[in-house]
Formats: sequence, structure tokens, C-alpha cells
Amino acid sequence: MNHNWDFATVFANLDVLWVGAIGTLQLFAICAIVGLALGLFIGLWRQSANWLVRLPATAFVEFFRNTPVLVQILWFYFALPILSPFEISPLLAAALGISLNSAAFTGEIVRGGILSIDRGQWEAARAIGMTPGAAMRRIVLPQALRRMIPALTNRLIEIFKMTTLASTVAYAELLQQGKLLSSLHFNPIETYTVIGVIFFLALFPLVQLTYLIERRLARADA
Amino acid sequence: MNNGTPSNAAPAGAAAGPVLDITGLSKRFGAHEVLRGIDLEIARGERIAILGASGSGKSTLLRCLNFMETPTTGRIRLDGVAIGKAGNSETERRYDERELTAVRQRIGMVFQQFNLFPHMTVVGNVMEGLRTVLGQPAGKARERALAELERVGLSEKAGQYPARLSGGQKQRVAIARALAMDPGILLFDEPTSALDPELVGEVLRVIRSLGDEGRTILLVTHEIGFAFHFATRVLFLADGRIVESGPPEQVLRHPQDPRTQSFLAGHREFHF
Repeated sequence: MNHNWDFATVFANLDVLWVGAIGTLQLFAICAIVGLALGLFIGLWRQSANWLVRLPATAFVEFFRNTPVLVQILWFYFALPILSPFEISPLLAAALGISLNSAAFTGEIVRGGILSIDRGQWEAARAIGMTPGAAMRRIVLPQALRRMIPALTNRLIEIFKMTTLASTVAYAELLQQGKLLSSLHFNPIETYTVIGVIFFLALFPLVQLTYLIERRLARADA
Repeated sequence: MNNGTPSNAAPAGAAAGPVLDITGLSKRFGAHEVLRGIDLEIARGERIAILGASGSGKSTLLRCLNFMETPTTGRIRLDGVAIGKAGNSETERRYDERELTAVRQRIGMVFQQFNLFPHMTVVGNVMEGLRTVLGQPAGKARERALAELERVGLSEKAGQYPARLSGGQKQRVAIARALAMDPGILLFDEPTSALDPELVGEVLRVIRSLGDEGRTILLVTHEIGFAFHFATRVLFLADGRIVESGPPEQVLRHPQDPRTQSFLAGHREFHF
């Protein structure tokens, strides 16, 4: 317990961490957009009356839910280039792994949200002559999305933290830059402390925001 | 199909025959046979009250008429035109979703649980079919919706959300929503069963006023007194069959079938 805390070498290299922060935000933005958008469609396809649509969506969800993201990222980085003609950058490998995994989980949130809407809403929409698509778009989905908001914001927080897995393929995000720093200056204790604090400072306000949204939704429902 | 035309009521010339002609209708849920062969002709302007114990199939019959449930066998003709195509066997039919969507625009339905859209205002609920199904511009749809709300006495609630309304008000909005589509036939599935007793009257008054306009109405209800005064014909269902049918005076005052007799006796037990 005689560690001599020395943050000077960390603070002297904040520009290195800055590069990492930009990398983290880039990866997060890609994964959040692709993961949630694809997840919405996966959730809808999972309930399609057409099995040609339903079956692949179900297979997708089961595959990506039942394999670790870390393995997926490593597989996309090392194995996919052998099977495909194009090169896979660390960013692409990480974005693929995290986005597809998130899409699978988001798809389940979407499916659950849609199933939670009372059958009577479908019937009322159909009874005035709406097509199944219009009933989904105008009546069921807007109500389901409201119910999904807490679970979806949770998913965003998970995605943000998952971006650190990209360090395994040497993508320059925060943790990867931290590893770099700590190996150059032999200060892993201080570096990882700072990185932990950065993540906390980024996520804590986001989590507070989700509480606020949840409270407002609860009030609107009453 | 009917998009753009001002009314979904019957085309001219079809007035002579029955507006609905049902033959051999049956509905099975797994091994459970809820409807066992219903034959029924309904003329334009008839007001039909459907009575029966719970589980007799009366709601299922109503729900088969606008295809909320798909009939297992049988044929339904709307204004003389058979709905669906011949299926694998002689009694089975296949239904195309697009055709059913068009049929439902001509057969309005009001549900026991109202099923208003909670994320839309009252006027938004009534406009929704006009906008999404008929593609009307917002101004025109709103005007029509407000007129329907006026008719059910709820103009002043147009901007509110359904959560703020009483059960009776919700059901009147649901009626306005169905009316906005100009259906030739109106189906009421136990419209007052979910209401507190003191709110039943306001809904029944609206339904009665629709009857006075000469609309074709099928009403599943437990309000036997209302059925007596309102209906031009009363059907009594038991075990998925129509066991008695006729004018209210005949079926309700002088029932012939023992099942109708005991059902009505049960309803009269606590009268004063």
C-alpha cells in the first residue's frame, strides 16, 4: 500500500486521451445509430406474418444474443478478412460487433414493447379499415416506443461502455489510448483511474437524464 | 375501393336485397366450436339485438362479421357480394387482407372496452380513419370529426386526451370514430358492459338516436330493456346457434325455447 500516486504523467498526455475520447464518441455514434435503427427493424421483422422475414430475424437475434461481443469483434477483425475481399479496419470490426449485438438486444426490446400494447388497439385500428402496416405505424408503434424509452436509453449506456472492447483490436478509443500511456510511462494505476473517472463523468449525467425521462413518462401516463 | 367517395353506404341498386347475408357460418377455436352454423339475413335499416348467455357465441358472431375473427366455414355476402374466395373445401373460404380492409371500412364496430387511441386527442381519434384510410386533408377531416363529436355531444372535449374522459364519454367518442367512416352497418359489442351504471344511459341514448336515423345496427347487449324498445328484431343465441329470432315482443315476452325462457327469467329475478 505504498503506491506513490503520480498523475503528472497522465495530465501531461491529455492530448493522447483526447484522441481516444474522439475515437470513443465516433464508435459510440455509429453503434448507437446502427444498433437502434437495425434493432427496430429486427423487432418488427421478428413478428412478421411472413416466415421468410421472421425466421432470418429470429436467427439473427439468437446468434448475436448467444455469443459474446468480444468474440464477435475479434472474429470480424481476424476471420472476416479471410472470407471477404475487402479489408476490415479496427473501427469496422468493432462497429460491426457492437452494432449487431446491440441490434439483437434492441430487437427484443422492440418486440416486447409491441407485444405489451393491448390487442384492442390493433382491433380498433383494423375496425376503421387501417391496413396492418398503417395500424403498426400510426397506432401501435408510437405507444410501444414510449414504453420502450427507458429500456432503449439503458441500451445506449451499455453501448457506450461496450466501446472499450474495441481496444482488443487496437482501435484508438479511450481505453486503448490509456493502455498506450500506461505502457509508455509505467503508470497503469493512475491512467486507468483517470479513464474510469472520464467514463463516469460522461455517463452519470446521461443516467440522470434517463431517470428524468422515466419520471416524465410515468406522469404523462397517469 | 371506396376511397374518395363520400359514403361507404350501399351502392345504388343494391337496396333491394339484404345488406348482409350469412350462410352456414361457423367458428372453431381449436377443439372448441363457438359458432355452429349461423344463417342470417339482415335487411337495410334493421336494428338487431343479439342476446344470450356468456359463451353462447354472440360476440364471436359479431366479430366474424367484420373479420376481427376469421370464420372457420360459411359465407358472408355484403350488399350481395360474397366476401373472400372459395377455399380448399366447399365450406371454407380464403380471405385476402386487402379485401377485408375494404370490407371493414363499410362495417363500423364499437367495442366493450372502447379501445380509443390514448396517444391521440379526442378529435385526433375521430379523424384518424379519415386521414390514414381515406387520405382526406387535415382540414376536411377535422371538420367532419367535429361534426361527429357534435352528434354525440362531445364537441367541447375535442382537444382532450382520452385518459381525461369518463367511460361513457370514451364510448361516445368511439361511436363518433366509427361514424366518421360512414359505415353502412354498425356493430356494437356490449357497448355498455364496461360502464358504471349511471353512465349507461348517455351511451344508449346515442345508439337510439342512430337507430332513429334508419341505420343498420347489430347490437350485442345485456340491456334487455333497451333491446326491447330499440330492436326491430331480437336474436337469442345458445351453444353457437340462433335458437330464437323474431320481433322483441315475441322473443322477450313470449319466448318459446326453454333456454330463452330461463335466461329471461334469470334477468327478471331482481326486477322491482
